[in-house]
Amino acid sequence: MRESAGSRLFQFANVIGLGLLAVVMFFPLYYVFIVSFTDPAQFLTDKTVLYPKKWSLEAYRYLFSTDAFLRSIGNSAFLAVIGTACSLAVSSSFAYALSQRRMFGRRTLLLMVLLTLLFSPGIIPHYMLVRELGLMGSLWALILPALANGWNVLLMKGFFDSIPAELSESAAIDGCSALRTWLSIIVPISLPAMAAFGLFYAVGYWNQFFNALLYLQSAEQWPIQVLLQNMLLSATNTDIAASAADYTAPPTEMLKMAAVVTATAPILAVYPFLQKHFAKGSMIGSVKG
Amino acid sequence: MNAAPDSRPASAVKRQYGEGGLRKGKGRSFASRLVSSFKREKSLYLLALPGIAFFIVFKYVPMWGIVIAFQDYSPFLGIKESPWVGWQHFERFFANPDFLLLFRNTLAINLLNLALFFPLPILIALLLNELKEGLYKRFIQSILYVPHFLSWVIIAGLTFLLFAKGEGVINDMLESAGAQRMDVLTDPDSFWLMLTLQSIWKEAGWGTIVFLAAIAGVDPERYEAARMDGAGRLGMMWHVTLPAIRGVIVILLILRLGDLMDVGFEQIFLMYNGAVSQVAEVFDTYVYRVGIQRGQFSYSTAIGLFKSVIGLALVLLTNKLAKKFGEEGVF
Repeated sequence: MRESAGSRLFQFANVIGLGLLAVVMFFPLYYVFIVSFTDPAQFLTDKTVLYPKKWSLEAYRYLFSTDAFLRSIGNSAFLAVIGTACSLAVSSSFAYALSQRRMFGRRTLLLMVLLTLLFSPGIIPHYMLVRELGLMGSLWALILPALANGWNVLLMKGFFDSIPAELSESAAIDGCSALRTWLSIIVPISLPAMAAFGLFYAVGYWNQFFNALLYLQSAEQWPIQVLLQNMLLSATNTDIAASAADYTAPPTEMLKMAAVVTATAPILAVYPFLQKHFAKGSMIGSVKG
Repeated sequence: MNAAPDSRPASAVKRQYGEGGLRKGKGRSFASRLVSSFKREKSLYLLALPGIAFFIVFKYVPMWGIVIAFQDYSPFLGIKESPWVGWQHFERFFANPDFLLLFRNTLAINLLNLALFFPLPILIALLLNELKEGLYKRFIQSILYVPHFLSWVIIAGLTFLLFAKGEGVINDMLESAGAQRMDVLTDPDSFWLMLTLQSIWKEAGWGTIVFLAAIAGVDPERYEAARMDGAGRLGMMWHVTLPAIRGVIVILLILRLGDLMDVGFEQIFLMYNGAVSQVAEVFDTYVYRVGIQRGQFSYSTAIGLFKSVIGLALVLLTNKLAKKFGEEGVF
């Protein structure tokens, strides 16, 4: 069937239009990426660099020679790895138990989880709790309160519901305890789903900002997001220069952009895997919560 | 918030939740059933224990902490010893001119968002749907989804790098094109628009997913029928695709109304500066400033509680509304 001229024109305009939209959307990331790899001398004379005449790693060499930056990357990596492992353990074991019909009080527990999605007591009670628990100034203050959330638990429960109940039942008949069934049957067969949940948790931990601001006291514990805020947004920008005396500093703007690129890189690295999962639409709730 | 985690028909839920499952112990007392179930399934409860402990400690204990909204809480006396003051903090807040300011800013930011942001994912999803499946479409989608995963710190940082009056590249470009440098970051008149544009950049692409999923469910025969009737591409979009996703649009719109008290806290916190304080202060930033920075725990808890209660009422109300419109509702 041949398409009419109008249809073809629309098709053409649509391809161009969406292409332009993508270009505009991508421009900020492209720009900071390009400038961060430009020769400092060119940046200083040209100001607006859309493509470097000479590439340079100067900004990165400087950034990675500072303790503050390395430390913050380390802190964020710790949060992302340890936090994700803990989150997966707590939420998947809980969700599996909730998916088991023989669990007593299951409906009450589900309701309890659902209620936390409807009502939040606000910033101050959470802050006071963390303080009462003596977690102030510890990286665990960023992990423990974020171990699980209602959406993820409900989504995971939904996922476990889709695993045939016969699997757990026959394991039980063979004398397998629920704990062992979970660990040696359920977790292994749901590894792809666990990986997907894990990626979303990891991105969450890597991006954590406000809790770090609330609960951490010394700059040594800062995760990358707080350091970035300090470098990019606050008027007093002191922390990065202190320890890198061996280099003549590249322009501050370039350092900022290099820092943004470095903080974005891990996200872009896992992005293809993320996309594989959310493209199916199965994960939407967990990240919009 | 999003669609219901469990959207199966009630009969399926009933079957699975099992009316029979718990009947075994019928006739015995609640406690003895609990004890025997515990004994039989020790390790199942062991599995649930960390999760239960987490929800109790980190989600329900803070709810109990709300009581300090009705006290004159002092850290030295603790919750048990601090004196009760009733509704005093609420009265003080309602009498404060800041109250109306916070309300105005919250509503303005949300309504602007509703008007400018909300239609975009629908429009983009409709247009994306017209692209042929293939590399180009996937490429465009990949680019549109990326910003969703970036933190607000990165996005605020990019905004400064692009729009700052001194070094921002947009201003450099404006200048070389012969225009004036603009100072949008400290201009109260453009602050709300700036927030909306940021939200659009971060979430408009991501927001298309739910609509694309709904569009994917449309029966191809309907397009065929429309084609027979002589509909062109735009005609099919208007008469087939759009009606097919109307339900999703209504649900999302209603959910959005339920969130009317919420504004992106980190976003505003990061974009906040002295010059825009009159248009930037919202409930959460105010609670942070008064509570954490000035240590007025009771007063700020009362403000937070007020916000949460209104938010809860809105969610319940809009959910009811959704059901009235013949949609499933969210819970």
